[in-house]
Amino acid sequence: MASAQTYTPIATQTIGSAVATVTFNSIPQTYTDLVLICNPEGSASGNGIILNVNGDFGSNYSDTMLRANGSAASSVRQTNNSCANISNLSGLPTASFGTYETHFMNYSNSSIYKTILSRGSNADSGGGVDVIVNFWRNTNAITTILVSTTGGNFMTGSMFTLYGIAAA
Amino acid sequence: MATSTYNLIASQVVGAGGVSSVTFSSVPQSYTDLLLKVSGRMNTSGGEYIQLSFNGVTTNLNGLNLYGYTTNASSYRDSSVIGLGIFNGTSSQPNTFGIADVYIPNYTSSNYKSVSVDMINENNSSSTNSAYQYLTAGLWSAGSAITSITLTAQTTSILQNSTFYLYGIKNS
Repeated sequence: MASAQTYTPIATQTIGSAVATVTFNSIPQTYTDLVLICNPEGSASGNGIILNVNGDFGSNYSDTMLRANGSAASSVRQTNNSCANISNLSGLPTASFGTYETHFMNYSNSSIYKTILSRGSNADSGGGVDVIVNFWRNTNAITTILVSTTGGNFMTGSMFTLYGIAAA
Repeated sequence: MATSTYNLIASQVVGAGGVSSVTFSSVPQSYTDLLLKVSGRMNTSGGEYIQLSFNGVTTNLNGLNLYGYTTNASSYRDSSVIGLGIFNGTSSQPNTFGIADVYIPNYTSSNYKSVSVDMINENNSSSTNSAYQYLTAGLWSAGSAITSITLTAQTTSILQNSTFYLYGIKNS
């Protein structure tokens, strides 16, 4: 008997014309963790990729970013932030499509605050490598994810896919 | 039962004598993303890169690396290769292999190909440069769909019992 599928695409969006935001609504609560794979290109340099969950734009997020730019490694910390970060603050590539893997641990557990881990790779000139630990101080299950950029748009061909991982 | 969307495409285990490179050819074009899992040990004392290339082409590659060892963290750019990090060598303890996850999204598109690599080697040694963690952003500046993947030892060879697993991931 074949085992049950445990890595399941929930929804995917491939950008047909430039947009500023991408939303995943009505996220099923039947998985243990979520993985968001982003393969975006931006229209304007010097911007980051951010996310908000459940329409929360309040000061309920914090993060620690470890990043490198090809010559130095550095770390920055933000508290009482209004969003979580998928990339560093200028991490969205504009000359190619980057790779960003974001993990939402235990997203449907309504007893815990949520930890969101993001790993970004942008080898553009001026790009960087990021590892970001985000924290959302809310016990609500995550039902929506809004992905946006701090400036400009996501360009045509950018791809965003949300997967669910079931522990059993 | 739902159709699986995360499938093993192919695997290779290095045999006695080692190899200078491993190639996955005829990569199916039916997935959205590729995930390559590597466990490797190199035939040189201090270890060395395993380098990544596509479609038999070794040009238009670059990598941006964040790495840590001992008490240091630093960054540098490779202008002509995508290295997966420094894998354990023959001076590491026996049976010790470095590991790497290589994620390649949208590999069939006409976009330049972005690669994300997470790699570690560990050796239970307090010596400087005896263990590393690498995080790498790679870019192949070519619009061709990826049809083959080659992993090449930087200068020597990849030793016996190194393993390479290539998975395909569909988004629908």
